[in-house]
Amino acid sequence: MTRIADDLRASYAFAERNFFLTRRTWPWEAAFLVYSVASALSISFIGVDQGSARLVLSLMIGAIFWNYLSVVFGWIAETIAVERWEGTLEYTMMAPIRRSTRLVGQVGYAMVYGLIHTAAIFIVLILFFPQIDLSRANPVTTLVFMALGSFSFVGIGILAAILPLLYVERGAQMTFVVQSGLLLVSGVYYPISVLPGWMQVLSHLSPATYVLDGVRAGLADGVGIADLGRDVLPLIALGIVLIPFGLWAFGRAELHARRTGKLKRVG
Amino acid sequence: MATPALVIRPAAPPGAPLPPALLVERVSKRFEVGRGSAPVEAVSDVSMRLERGVIHGVLGANGSGKSTLIRLIAGLLTLDSGRVEVFGRDVVRDELAVKRLINRVSVDAAFFKKLSPMENLTFAARVYGLEVRAARQAVYEILERLHVGRDRVDRPMQQLSRGMQQKVAIARAFLTSPVLLLLDEPTTGLDPRSKLDVRRFIEELRDTHETTIVLTTHDLEEAEQLSDRITVIDGGRVVAEDTPAGLIASASERLGRPATLWDVFMAYTGRSLDDDVAEEAQEAIE
Repeated sequence: MTRIADDLRASYAFAERNFFLTRRTWPWEAAFLVYSVASALSISFIGVDQGSARLVLSLMIGAIFWNYLSVVFGWIAETIAVERWEGTLEYTMMAPIRRSTRLVGQVGYAMVYGLIHTAAIFIVLILFFPQIDLSRANPVTTLVFMALGSFSFVGIGILAAILPLLYVERGAQMTFVVQSGLLLVSGVYYPISVLPGWMQVLSHLSPATYVLDGVRAGLADGVGIADLGRDVLPLIALGIVLIPFGLWAFGRAELHARRTGKLKRVG
Repeated sequence: MATPALVIRPAAPPGAPLPPALLVERVSKRFEVGRGSAPVEAVSDVSMRLERGVIHGVLGANGSGKSTLIRLIAGLLTLDSGRVEVFGRDVVRDELAVKRLINRVSVDAAFFKKLSPMENLTFAARVYGLEVRAARQAVYEILERLHVGRDRVDRPMQQLSRGMQQKVAIARAFLTSPVLLLLDEPTTGLDPRSKLDVRRFIEELRDTHETTIVLTTHDLEEAEQLSDRITVIDGGRVVAEDTPAGLIASASERLGRPATLWDVFMAYTGRSLDDDVAEEAQEAIE
């Protein structure tokens, strides 16, 4: 029990440090929020053009979800890239804490920050589009899917963190590949049925597919969690697989970095 | 000085002789530098044994393997062969236990430069499991001892001079009460006053906290003044080890005239520190 408490305290150190960074760079964070709102609005207006409130809601959910993934992946990748750039990564690796403790703190902060960022955009969009009817929305379904999806995204976030660990100059940008892959196959802005067959197979491996399905069903149609077993079960399975796999893969990458001297400051 | 207490649980059974503070045994490390090129042997068959509470200097030219050796001891690089023990604990098998015992200050103060010294050090305190309120008080006391005023503690690091940043790096290392402190050229680039502050602090650490210190430096006066023993490394290999006085006496005997540590450095590395400086300047131009 004490060990878990110690681990949580150490994880909190990473979350607190990243909060300090956010506080120091708040003008940039505000500018990014404005950009994200404008981006989500411009996509949602496609639905307005088509005269379909349901399409507006569907695009809104896609835009908001895409923003969430962007924020989470951006934080994870950039924090590690900055750590290598500033040379603090060696000090972080020297600390007497487990790899999982370190990563839980980093990824946890990214997710909490992403949720706050996303909620702010959602509120602005709701105010902008009063024609959206959320009277039937089932918030429990939405929250459960966001929570279940988070486990998978932690795993994917840890996997994405390998790139800036090994490739400091362009590693952060390389996480865009992971992000855009999810954008392409997960039905963020269109139903996956329009994809070619082989892409539809890939879409079933993406947790984002199930999260988007569940959130849309919950918000647009008020479907309860009990009726969404076909989305819940794969999401749980992906979470169970992706977190340990992410930790294992990051551990291998870290070992490679220690063997080849890649933890050193670059910059 | 208020610092968190540290209890070292010896790895040896009761009654057995205490293990050395640091044991480096036949350690080697090579790096692949590219396809078609031979690997570079950065550290080759190096052995060292440090008892508790000593300051052990490591001298060598640029690229001689000093920093690689420090990184191997710190567990930041994997060993190709050999073993490293800190107070009887193996750095590979007992990684977490060893990490609790050591800390390191490198030549460049590595911090999140947008954060203040207090924010950076609070982070360090938390990851080392220290009680944050006590750690913050300790931060003020250590920085004051190093002549870093309280008005600097909450400013972003990027607004502080390099000397100030290096002092904050030393404070970070000391905050965690390491029993083995790895100082990798901690005073390089500092002004004379800051160098003096750091030197006095290192001596105080050794005298009052029995901290064992490995010190790599290019400042021969500093090495002679601070070190109980000195190892000279050249091309990744140990070429001499003795007390400063012993090394100087050997050099005097070889040269047939009174010698200095500068002569020792020349004799064992085949180059002067002026050569190193010239090489650094040439590298900067290229």
